Amino acid sequence: MKYLSDYRDPQHARHLLDRIRKQCTRRWTIMEVCGGQTHALLRSGIDEALSDCVELIHGPGCPVCVTPACVIQNAIQLSMRPQTLVTTFGDMLRVPGNRGSLLDSQAERGNIKAVYSPMDAVRLAQRHPEQEVIFLAVGFETTAPATALAVLQAAQLKLDNFSILCSHVCVLPAMKLLASSKQNRVQGFLAAGHVCTLTGFDEYAGFVEQFQMPVAVTGFEPTDLLVGILEVITQLEQEQAALVNCYPRAVKRKGNHSARQICGQVFDVTDRQWRGMPIIPGGGLCLKPEWSSYDAELKFPLSDNIQQEIQTVCRSGEVLTGMIKPSECPAFGLQCTPQTPLGAPMVSSEGACAAYYRYRNNIFTKQNKPV
Amino acid sequence: MCLGVPGKVVRWIDRTPLFSKAEIEFEGVRKVCHMACVEEAEIGDYVIVHAGMAICRIDAQAASQQLDTLQQLLDSTEGDIN
Ligand code: SF4
Repeated sequence: MKYLSDYRDPQHARHLLDRIRKQCTRRWTIMEVCGGQTHALLRSGIDEALSDCVELIHGPGCPVCVTPACVIQNAIQLSMRPQTLVTTFGDMLRVPGNRGSLLDSQAERGNIKAVYSPMDAVRLAQRHPEQEVIFLAVGFETTAPATALAVLQAAQLKLDNFSILCSHVCVLPAMKLLASSKQNRVQGFLAAGHVCTLTGFDEYAGFVEQFQMPVAVTGFEPTDLLVGILEVITQLEQEQAALVNCYPRAVKRKGNHSARQICGQVFDVTDRQWRGMPIIPGGGLCLKPEWSSYDAELKFPLSDNIQQEIQTVCRSGEVLTGMIKPSECPAFGLQCTPQTPLGAPMVSSEGACAAYYRYRNNIFTKQNKPV
Repeated sequence: MCLGVPGKVVRWIDRTPLFSKAEIEFEGVRKVCHMACVEEAEIGDYVIVHAGMAICRIDAQAASQQLDTLQQLLDSTEGDIN
């Protein structure tokens, strides 16, 4: 397939690996922000191939993983209302909330349906006027335009039985939080390429300036990832910090104008709690006041609006901030497996724990060996 | 949900603003995707799709330039490796 096989060429990959190794005079620590990049790095074995000269720390860029348990709990509560259908992406169904997952609530009496896109939820609302259709909207800047479009479509169709439970998050404020943490070990970032297709990369210039760390906007194929790593390493070796776009076939400086316009019409930036992290200033999106009739939380005030996270054995907060590797969690591969997930990073197709379970059987410690 | 992959625009289905849709082919599998963010895309263009919506058009010229640069890098290091 065009634009895939070209960037998976093993010969290119070998040369880039060799270049990176030759550049490194010491071991550097780089964070790949996006969960899709984490999976691609582990699947291709790049992390292992470079382990002597680059430590790759996995960032918080898995939208399912960073959705707080209380949001899931609120969605469950809404799904118990009469004549109400809660829709969301399939990945969200098995993510544990404070008291079970959406799938668990479906087994009780929750009315829940997985959809491929928010616009499918609008279609369901159109087909079932007797039912309130709520879309649990999660995701980064990549999925926000689809949610915004769904709201605009619902308005155009004059649907009054469609609303969203909005939990969209924004990547750059989370990167700032990580970079300013006292425990930060990250020396350079691979920025999430697909987020930048929407937002552009201009806004990362201030980040580079403020933290004096190299940032490479990076794609998802092996060659893309290696080019991004090479760029960051080269800068670190030369004691430089610059912003470079290593994914020019998809990312333009100003991003996607139409998508930004659609989002700008519907969303305001807001502070938002991420799972395992404090409230991040500017870390999320909410509906603008003029779209409040599509806000499920305002439309159906929750009797038990849970805002607190319940402590569990799951150490996803530390995994998501790069403090520990998934295999360092005591539950990894034992109580917590993709079949019996204790936390979102083991459920999601972009979760770091799922990636380790799937691609790194060889790093299971003896006591953590899966049964 | 969020893993964007490139697909080829094979057929426009609807060009109504806000409701525009096209058929996109991903490694032999065809899917109908929303096109409100890339209404300028033409048949044969490649787009990246997230959550049922095309989020950007792939710039063919930038793609081939990057591959050329990689090939040059490969050629320049060939001697070092062999
Ligand atoms: S392995 Fe399971 S319990 Fe441990 S951090 Fe990952 S998801 Fe949570």
